[in-house]
Amino acid sequence: MTNSINCNKCNPDGSPLLDVSTTAGLKQIAVVGMPNTGKSTFFNRFTGANASIGNWPGITVDLLVAKIKLGIQETQVVDLPGIYDLRGFSEDEEVVRQFLEHNAVHLIIIILNTTQLDRQISLALQLKHLGLPALLLLNMADEAPKFGVQIDPQQIAHHLGMPVLPISAKYGQGYAQARNLIALELSRQAEPILAGKIDQNLVSDPEFAAEMSALLQDGFHVSDAFKNTLTTKLDRVLLHPVFGLPIFFGLMYLLFQIVYTVGKPLQDGLNLLVEWFKNIAIEPALSFLPKFPHDLLIDGIYGGMATVAAFIPVIWVFFICMAIVEDSGYLSRSAYLMDAFMERLGLDGRSFVMSLMGFGCNVPAIMGLRVMRSPGLRLLSMLVIPFSLCSARLNVFIFMTTALFSARVAPLVLFSLYLFSFVAAILTAFIFKGKYPNQEPLILELPPYRFPTFKQMMLRAWSETKHFLRFSWRFIIFGVVAIWLCNNLPTNVEPASAGTISGAIGQALQPILRPIGINPKLSVALIFGFIAKEIVLGGLAIIYATDQDVGLAGALAREIDWVQAYSFMLFTLLYVPCLSTVAVIKAESKSTKFAMLGVVWSLALAWIASFIFYQGARALGF
Amino acid sequence: MSLAELSTLPLGTTASILGLTTETVLEQRLQALGFRVGKQISVIRKAWLGGPLHVRIGTTEVIMRRNDARSIQVQPH
Repeated sequence: MTNSINCNKCNPDGSPLLDVSTTAGLKQIAVVGMPNTGKSTFFNRFTGANASIGNWPGITVDLLVAKIKLGIQETQVVDLPGIYDLRGFSEDEEVVRQFLEHNAVHLIIIILNTTQLDRQISLALQLKHLGLPALLLLNMADEAPKFGVQIDPQQIAHHLGMPVLPISAKYGQGYAQARNLIALELSRQAEPILAGKIDQNLVSDPEFAAEMSALLQDGFHVSDAFKNTLTTKLDRVLLHPVFGLPIFFGLMYLLFQIVYTVGKPLQDGLNLLVEWFKNIAIEPALSFLPKFPHDLLIDGIYGGMATVAAFIPVIWVFFICMAIVEDSGYLSRSAYLMDAFMERLGLDGRSFVMSLMGFGCNVPAIMGLRVMRSPGLRLLSMLVIPFSLCSARLNVFIFMTTALFSARVAPLVLFSLYLFSFVAAILTAFIFKGKYPNQEPLILELPPYRFPTFKQMMLRAWSETKHFLRFSWRFIIFGVVAIWLCNNLPTNVEPASAGTISGAIGQALQPILRPIGINPKLSVALIFGFIAKEIVLGGLAIIYATDQDVGLAGALAREIDWVQAYSFMLFTLLYVPCLSTVAVIKAESKSTKFAMLGVVWSLALAWIASFIFYQGARALGF
Repeated sequence: MSLAELSTLPLGTTASILGLTTETVLEQRLQALGFRVGKQISVIRKAWLGGPLHVRIGTTEVIMRRNDARSIQVQPH
């Protein structure tokens, strides 16, 4: 966080901070725009995609900020969230207001969508009334002819009293001129300007409407050619009352297959690489150490790093696909298709897409929720997604069902676990929808279908991977080390045996876990499983210290019956999302308390479900 | 035809917006999306089972729940 101006503490009354403007001639630019205008694409191009995250006076959320050189001018560029209205009530709108009222700027770059200027111009007009130095970039100008839209930048500039330039941030047209224009405007502005009280500076509605229609009269023309575009034709098929949903599920299946058939081999490859590096470099380098610190460094810390690394390929591929789904405009369409069902759960269609993706891996699915701007909606979705039966859990279940059930029954058992996964998700949404109400009405733009450029996809994947690494690595490594210590202390007993801390915890939990059929050894496996669910298997192998001839499957079949096994799988399905999922929930919700709620709720639900199953099955004589 | 709510506007019909009777939060969002008095609006499609409406206003297309569409008064042409 080198670029942040971390002055929340020294500035209790929220007055303008002088050090912002006097930092060795550093000038401030803020980028403002409506959603779906390609604002982030512009920001990435303008700043070379090396933005970091900073804190700002007056606001609580993080904003993207980058330092660049315009000519010789050192400049700091802040990307403000996309908003519709400076007077609006959404969290994002509050953030922009607070920013402009508390942070003086030398220039505001306004980004609007050329084809929708007929309504988006209102934001530029509002900013004009604040008296801040600004310029307007009309983005997606390349699309305007397709929609029969003609604009007159000179007329618009005249009405707004600020420079106006059409550009295409995606393909780079007009970009060089925009950069020059920004540098020029910046050089004219010696002192930074602070917006006054925003509410008081905006004019009344009738006056505003008159200004707006005068501007549009002179500067914006649209012909009827717009009526039958490719988007209209595609929507006729993709939003079809009968075929719309089957196509949606087909596309989601395809997406899922792509993410996890491409992601999985990459993940396996990376695991091999990590293992290989351990064997050729780390092991030899640490071989001089006594056993305990040696194992702590290798199994604890290096193991933790490997856990973090394992997510990188999946996140990478996931967000390349998400860039396509989102930028194409199909994600908003999924909301249309699924809303009748999702509204009843207090969610919307986009949460449904993320929950489906969560069946591969919960981690990127939770990160993907950031596209939804309503805090209530995001939090509720974060509680729901961890119940999606991810591929790590699937590994455990396939192993256990084949070990303990006949070939005929095993697929049914697996299917029933998927069913429980859905039921747990729906139940959770029902129970918590009152606590996390979605305050924002579902009014979503359906942008025209577009395809993102290769660069946009790469940028998206790269920035999400960075985001994951930045916020989650400490938490995950700390967790892996803590669990390793539990399994290996004290040092004079067998790892993960009854004498270790884990063993003691397993024993201590017996009053709670015995009623659901989980014995002390299985309890220790659950402690392993907190790192990542597939480690449950590795944990079981260590705990049962299996002899080579029967293997883990045989040892399990000998020691537990099917009722216990099913109860254990049910518990594994529902209890505590893995360490990495908790880490991203904490990072995305910015609340340890909320992450704890997710953990506690999943534990409670897991226990109740297993209790009902185990006691019910035993009562029926199984 | 006379005054109607947007939620009842038949598919393919164009109408003019007469007024918004919503709370301020929704009203501002609608205005920013182009829902202003006098503007032309049409309903392109309606989702099944009481799902959202797909609406076109000017060059913008949006989806909105029927409940929210009830607060938009229109004059069909």
